[in-house]
Amino acid sequence: MKILVCIKQVPDMESRFKLNSEGTWYDEADLAFRMNEYDEYAVEQAVQLKEQLGGEPEITVLSMGPDRVVEALKKALAMGADRAVHVKDDKYYQKDPWQVASVIAGHAAGQGYDVVFTGMQSQDRGSAQVGVTVAELLGFGCATTLVGFAFDAGVITAKRELEGGSKGVVKLKLPAVVTCQLGLNTPRYPTLPNIMKAKKKEILVQAVSELLKEAEVTGTGGMYPPAKRGGGIVIEGEVNDQLDKLMGILKEKTTVLRAA
Amino acid sequence: MKALLIAEYRQGKLLETTYELQAFAGLLGAESAMVLVGSPADLPKFAGKLYLADVAKYGEYNPDLHKKLVLEAVAKENPDYIVFVHSSYGWDLAPRVAAALRIGQVSEVVGLPDGKFEVTCCNAKLRRTVAPKSARTVVTIQAGAFSPQGEPQGAPQVEGIDVADPAGKTEFVGYEAAEQKDVDLTRAEVIVSAGRGVGKKENVQVIAQLAKALGGELGASRPVVDAGWAPHSHQVGTTGQTVSPKLYVACGISGAIQHLAGMKMADFIVAINKDKDAPIGEIADVLIVADVLQFVPAMTARCAR
Repeated sequence: MKILVCIKQVPDMESRFKLNSEGTWYDEADLAFRMNEYDEYAVEQAVQLKEQLGGEPEITVLSMGPDRVVEALKKALAMGADRAVHVKDDKYYQKDPWQVASVIAGHAAGQGYDVVFTGMQSQDRGSAQVGVTVAELLGFGCATTLVGFAFDAGVITAKRELEGGSKGVVKLKLPAVVTCQLGLNTPRYPTLPNIMKAKKKEILVQAVSELLKEAEVTGTGGMYPPAKRGGGIVIEGEVNDQLDKLMGILKEKTTVLRAA
Repeated sequence: MKALLIAEYRQGKLLETTYELQAFAGLLGAESAMVLVGSPADLPKFAGKLYLADVAKYGEYNPDLHKKLVLEAVAKENPDYIVFVHSSYGWDLAPRVAAALRIGQVSEVVGLPDGKFEVTCCNAKLRRTVAPKSARTVVTIQAGAFSPQGEPQGAPQVEGIDVADPAGKTEFVGYEAAEQKDVDLTRAEVIVSAGRGVGKKENVQVIAQLAKALGGELGASRPVVDAGWAPHSHQVGTTGQTVSPKLYVACGISGAIQHLAGMKMADFIVAINKDKDAPIGEIADVLIVADVLQFVPAMTARCAR
């Protein structure tokens, strides 16, 4: 069995975001990057499947982006992936989801992957398109938003998260793409010995121009911070003063405080 | 301009979000038709053409089959936009339709400023407009972003759609119900919710104490529930409960779009967060810039006086 895991490196979402000079994406200067949270569940599930099958499957982890994404690839290798593919693209943010998916499908075509794992969406762009589109381009079955995964005799039983806490259970035969949601598993922390071992694993670098054959079908117009809603009050300062102000407002504007 | 609206039906019921699709088409100024894999006994109120595939024949959601049915209606209707709600149904099906037609998709539209498709990114800290470059475009709209104006009216003009080969790569097995609820947040007048910013499981208790002092219930954001710090029955948001209390206090919650969707209907929103720029500040009536673990116990003490 051959497994592909597609990951993205994204900024820490707690960061303060500034726009780039063209106003089309965020400025990467001063941002700390990490593996997209949803993709960590994808890597973990792939490694758990490999363990379930006695270590037989080979796991390839792929990421598209500038040189910094090698750090995310190394983390996935240290979590248990066997080899990595870095699709080098400094202008990755100018590619739309259709192009990203076709680059991944371009790599995967003819490689004989049986299962492709990825996060349900990236935390920065959040289109939730790439995984499903890869499946469509490869002609694979696909299930999204997994909070449960089981594999037996060539069939994946997936639990999809639906609204309001209910779940949909589906079965799909290999080859398949699954996209992973929070709550699917608990991603492992790479141990020091595994980090050392990962240093010896292969990272194949491939130029995006070798794989990209599609023109974009959507483009970014502009990017901007959300308009602040008028009327919202911001209270800073010392806790007791903040409380005085808040309690005054709550008494005036709501009926929930008991008569003090 | 023509929009094909993809309505949703689940577990024997037409979903109310169908009317948000109509509201969106109205804002877009598009003439619209609708597609539904559902029951002729439970049709949406809609004054237009409805392409119907009977759920009794096609069953509950099967992605490959629903894709073929939507493509069938697209061929008949030749729309400029194919519109879904960005739901577990829409985000699963929309990219399949877009890929089959080799056209662009704009995901989770939250607004139409100057007729442009506006989406959020980076945990709602930034907004972006996306420009379609294909002749036809798939759009998914954020649930709750486009509220219907007034009561929907009209009876659809129904036309059946069919596909020759109903086989798909995915087999639907069944639904699993949500866990039994030990608390009904939808009826609470006050909800005090804990987010990832509370730091650890033990601190959720601090938030629960404020909820109690205010005569309310404890809520939680998704990461808090996933970490096992609070049961799922307390989760507020797209995949939890949608609430509308008189007062909602968000403690250490950054304001991910999925959480906001579940609580923005609250009458009055107080957010307590160290980060002055956290997206929750956009919808809060009052933002207290403070450490939750300093502020909340002090507030509890004040309320308990």
